[in-house]
Amino acid sequence: MSTTVDFPHFVQAKQVEALPPPNLARGPIAWIRENLFSGPFNTILTLVVFYLLYLTVPPIVKFLFIDAVWTGADRAACRADMGGSEAGACWAFIRDKITYFTYGSYTGSERWRVDIFFALLALGVGWLLWLKAPRRDLGAVYFFWLFPVISYILLTGGNADFSGRFWIGFLIFGALLIAFFALVAAVLKTAIRPPLLIGGGIAAVIGITLALIDMDFGLRPVPTSLWGGILVTLLVATVGIVFSLPFGILLALGRRSKLPIVRMASVVFIEFVRGVPLITVLIMANTMLPLFLPGDITVDRLLRPLIGTALFASAYMAEVVRGGLQAMPKGQYEGAMSLGLNYPQMMILIILPQALRIVIPGIVNTFIGLFKDTSLVAIVGIFDLVKTIEASRIDPNWAAPSIGITGYAFAALFYFIFCFGMSRYSLGVERRLASGQKR
Amino acid sequence: MQTVVTQTSPPKKSFLYDPKVRGIFYQVLLVAIVGYLFYVAASNAIDNLQRAKIASGFGFLENTAGFDISQTLIQFSAAGSTYGDAFLVGLLNTLVVSAIGIFFTTILGFLIGIARLSKNWMVAKVAMVYVETLRNVPLLVQLLFWYIAVLGPLPQPRNSIEMGAGFFLNSRGFFMPRPVFAADVWAIPIALAIGIVGTILYRRWAKARQEATGEQSPIGLVTLGLVVGLPILTWIVLAIIGANPISFELPRKGTFNLTGGMQILPEFVALLLGLTTYTAAFIAEVVRAGILAVSKGQTEAASSLGLKPGQTLRLVVIPQAMRVIVPPLTSQYLNLTKNSSLAVAIGYPDLVQVFMGTVLNQTGQAIEVVVITMGVYLTISLVTSALMNIYNRRVAIVER
Repeated sequence: MSTTVDFPHFVQAKQVEALPPPNLARGPIAWIRENLFSGPFNTILTLVVFYLLYLTVPPIVKFLFIDAVWTGADRAACRADMGGSEAGACWAFIRDKITYFTYGSYTGSERWRVDIFFALLALGVGWLLWLKAPRRDLGAVYFFWLFPVISYILLTGGNADFSGRFWIGFLIFGALLIAFFALVAAVLKTAIRPPLLIGGGIAAVIGITLALIDMDFGLRPVPTSLWGGILVTLLVATVGIVFSLPFGILLALGRRSKLPIVRMASVVFIEFVRGVPLITVLIMANTMLPLFLPGDITVDRLLRPLIGTALFASAYMAEVVRGGLQAMPKGQYEGAMSLGLNYPQMMILIILPQALRIVIPGIVNTFIGLFKDTSLVAIVGIFDLVKTIEASRIDPNWAAPSIGITGYAFAALFYFIFCFGMSRYSLGVERRLASGQKR
Repeated sequence: MQTVVTQTSPPKKSFLYDPKVRGIFYQVLLVAIVGYLFYVAASNAIDNLQRAKIASGFGFLENTAGFDISQTLIQFSAAGSTYGDAFLVGLLNTLVVSAIGIFFTTILGFLIGIARLSKNWMVAKVAMVYVETLRNVPLLVQLLFWYIAVLGPLPQPRNSIEMGAGFFLNSRGFFMPRPVFAADVWAIPIALAIGIVGTILYRRWAKARQEATGEQSPIGLVTLGLVVGLPILTWIVLAIIGANPISFELPRKGTFNLTGGMQILPEFVALLLGLTTYTAAFIAEVVRAGILAVSKGQTEAASSLGLKPGQTLRLVVIPQAMRVIVPPLTSQYLNLTKNSSLAVAIGYPDLVQVFMGTVLNQTGQAIEVVVITMGVYLTISLVTSALMNIYNRRVAIVER
């Protein structure tokens, strides 16, 4: 059989010269040629960028470091001429005001309490975020229960001084709670021990919390109107995360529930909160919360934005958690059900541990957003870091042209360090989680 | 051996174990709790309002406002306008700053997003530093920085910075020539409309021609000529025949202030700068993720088909990247609109500043004001996400 093949004329018939080997030249010059000047367009681009950097970077460095004033007691230092040019950043101002920026007007002799709060916060955050830390379940108990209670006592002074009537009321409530659980068990004809333990446990946790708050530790009370600065910024962020995570999980479960009313209520709440700006939520909390409560109850001015931020963050957290729940393969749910687990057991033991783990980056990103958003409480008159800087900026003792820029540069640096750190952490976790899928 | 399976009827269970019954019980409980909370809140609110002698209802929108607003796009005066007018002024100001902000932030964001993927090391690193810095500092701090630290030290009007061609910059804002429209200006929008319709028809014809013959037409040039050239040509023709449709009123330097021209408030400039640069950092990340989401095989396949790099980008990469980019891009636009409410911190008269600030303080009708304001933002969000869903359904990959 003849095998004549009619070569179309575009098929290469003769051997082509081999291409030159790829340029393996190494060293800085080759690198520069490769990455900065690989063609006319790239060369122009590089030169333009260099020119822009030349225009912006030297003045910034000059302002922030070279011409900066590091020491001084008042504005005179920052108004001096630095050899012809005006004085740069007035870091002396930050040094002078740093205690105010950290504690606000918190009573001077009691500031060690704030320091302990910072340390406890760092401990809790570290425990939860370090994925290899021992006993992270205890860490969760610490962060979501013990730490808030201790912090409340430390910062306010505790000693709520509940009346005897209050305690009698609580005892009746506890007894009713346990009785309710016992009743349910009796009606369902199941073992009576677990319901009793659950009811007793809830009552005990609430009781211990209340007792701790009631107890007099000899701490001087510090009214919240004196709190300020970084303390309030971190406090708002902490309250936001402590409340938004559990509440967000509940909302996410509600949104994926099969019960139509529960689902609708969750969807309405989530979409409503996500559709409005935080500042309107804060103003709402500020103006409407007092209206909705009986006339003789006043809400602490610091508590109002705390409630607003916590609700706001919950809606965003709910969407992140929902992402994790949806990413769980159906087999996990079916496996749990076929083992005979009921809904709470399935969620707590099987689904949530896995779902939450894969959305850690999302949770951290939400937290970064929350942390940045805490600055908005300044608009409703809470003395957070931004507001303390605003207040110090107009201090006549420190009236100098560079004070504004210095103050905001400090604030920017503070937020940047926290947010950048968190975003690096979330990137690291993401990489770790992805390592299983990498081919 | 044989296993004997005895069939027994399942034990009769209490109806309490029925998931349906339980579901109804939980939902009734939820409705009861929420309903009770609403009832308590409402009755307390009625009590408190009566005690404080605050009127309720939306009648206050008809009352005279009695305050001035620094930037008004519609006629507004303290004596003659109502709270309803103030609401409209605020709403328009919010929409204006959002629309202009969205325009600029899209351009900046796409540029930086593409720059982050550049093969040029320098460009990529600068873009990265931009994104990381802007994303990790709160918008409020950035706005205050722009407003107080950068725009604050601008000179008094007397020593305005002259930028030529009637543009001035001073502590009262940015001044520029104001266009004055003559009566026959309507010819220009009509020319524009004709241009747009012409472009659509031409594109349809060009597509049909390409499908029939394979020949391509200069679509870009024709579009430019019809959409931009035709209105400009109309203008020039009108100017030549003596009917000057648009003239410019230049700001003039007085002793203490500039008169005439168009003044753009420093608050507006600061808000626009802050919103644009901040959102651009997020859009850059969206764009980068979108482009990276198009697999390399697509580009290689396009090249092997003989498409030029420009065509590869335009016909293969961008259409697929847009599918990934558009949904998060829209949510960034929404974020920008919602973030424009931070205007209240620097005193730009947006919806929140005018309505939730001044009007709320003057009337004390917190519930009505909050409901209206939130309703506006909610409407914007829901309408946008509804449109988004329609778009998503259109562009989604159809699988099997």
